[in-house]
Amino acid sequence: MKPILSVQGLSKIHGRGCSKCIETTGPEQETNICSWCGAVVAAHNVSFELHPGEILGIMGESGSGKSTVVKTLFFDEEPTSGSAQFVEYDHVWNLFELNAAQRRWLRNHRFGMVYQNPHLGLNFNVSAGGNIAERLLMSDLVNYKAIRERALDLLARTEVLADRIDDSPKKFSGGMQQRVQIAKALATQPPLLFLDEVTTGLDLSVQARILDLILEIQQELKTAMVVVTHDLGVIRLLTSRAMVMKYGRVIETGLTDQILEDPQHAYTQRLVASAL
Amino acid sequence: MNPILQIENLNKHFTLHEQGVQIPSCCGVNLTATTGELTALVGPTGAGKSSVLKCVYRTYLPSSGSMLFTQADGTAIDLSNASESEMLHLRERDIGFVTQFLHCLPRKAAVDIVAAPLVRQGESIVNARDKARELLNTLNVPERLWNVPPATFSGGEKQRVNLARGLIAKPRLLLLDEPTASLDPHTTDRVVDLLNSIKQQGVAMLAIFHHPALVDRLADQVVELAMARHTLELHA
Repeated sequence: MKPILSVQGLSKIHGRGCSKCIETTGPEQETNICSWCGAVVAAHNVSFELHPGEILGIMGESGSGKSTVVKTLFFDEEPTSGSAQFVEYDHVWNLFELNAAQRRWLRNHRFGMVYQNPHLGLNFNVSAGGNIAERLLMSDLVNYKAIRERALDLLARTEVLADRIDDSPKKFSGGMQQRVQIAKALATQPPLLFLDEVTTGLDLSVQARILDLILEIQQELKTAMVVVTHDLGVIRLLTSRAMVMKYGRVIETGLTDQILEDPQHAYTQRLVASAL
Repeated sequence: MNPILQIENLNKHFTLHEQGVQIPSCCGVNLTATTGELTALVGPTGAGKSSVLKCVYRTYLPSSGSMLFTQADGTAIDLSNASESEMLHLRERDIGFVTQFLHCLPRKAAVDIVAAPLVRQGESIVNARDKARELLNTLNVPERLWNVPPATFSGGEKQRVNLARGLIAKPRLLLLDEPTASLDPHTTDRVVDLLNSIKQQGVAMLAIFHHPALVDRLADQVVELAMARHTLELHA
């Protein structure tokens, strides 16, 4: 089976950067700030493949660069170097060589993103239904009735009461906002979904329902996902493969059960041992 | 009969960086598993019997040695260096593992947990559930529990759900780690019958049993593991 997403040597440096940036940062140096020029090496030389229907976890503490990886792939940030290909029906998209219109098209049609902060994924000035309609409009569905039906359908799917379709997400609880975000991301049935700390900061019972929802979606729609989280429980529950990052570098990759039961790197061993 | 798995000189040790030690587990293991036969692993606690199974399933990364697995199309693959996606594919189709304890998704009904491996292989949920119920029935799991998540089940009930999940998809190689540890004699007999019938259907098994009597009843081949060496202090 061919991967749906391949990433090679993805790097992101905030600041001008210098020739010493790479050697003065990383897990051995225990920093991601270049001691020569002060640039921040958010991610360096990240490579991985994702197969259709597969869930890959990226784990690590805050500042490890895990969010940077998905943000560059979703075009929220420009990478400093590296390449990435999205493949669908034998059509290969070289992500970082696309123009703005092509990127927008992929974001609106083929990718979905759910952010930790619902403010990034939702427009709080329009209703929950409006948020979903926005995405459907951008993906060329223009019939009002069809859009409204689709929105109701998606909200039902994500357990948001139909009565509240015309309410602003402002009035929603954190868990509901997250479910509207998921409904919005799923509106176009994207084959590739990025989830950035989607359950962080939510109540345990709400977390559980969101995780169940994500698993159901994956089983039903066979959506491939990249899940970014610092929560080992989420990694264990959702992912089949995992990647551990520290100070912008990938320090270990493997099958999820292997990473959790037989971690190789000293940092991963500490991380797994400190899980509750 | 054809060997489906050939393990040669398998070693596994754990390097614990924080503690600065290397803990040996199994060492110098040689064995074969054959279609339609059961190979039993025996040896003292700490000899690394479970580690061998976990290495085959790649929950553990083997430290050295080879584990040649014959795939459905006849080609061989060394499990010790198969890629992650190759391993995931093999786990879905070819290699099943009944672990000592039931690990499963929370909040899911027992019947769905048992049905899941079939659904992953593309079976419809209705058919998969039917087969799951049949198997739960064979394994004496009371019907009132079928639609309940196993979190509150007794040890023996959990173990039977675990077995049913491992057996439902009839993998080509089945790894069993003390599958009858917390079962009563009557249910143990049922499990023995079930394993025998699955064996006759051509499934190869590599198993660890708590009771020597079960080894006598089920094993076609017995492999004895020796106690591992001592812990090594690592010098940085």
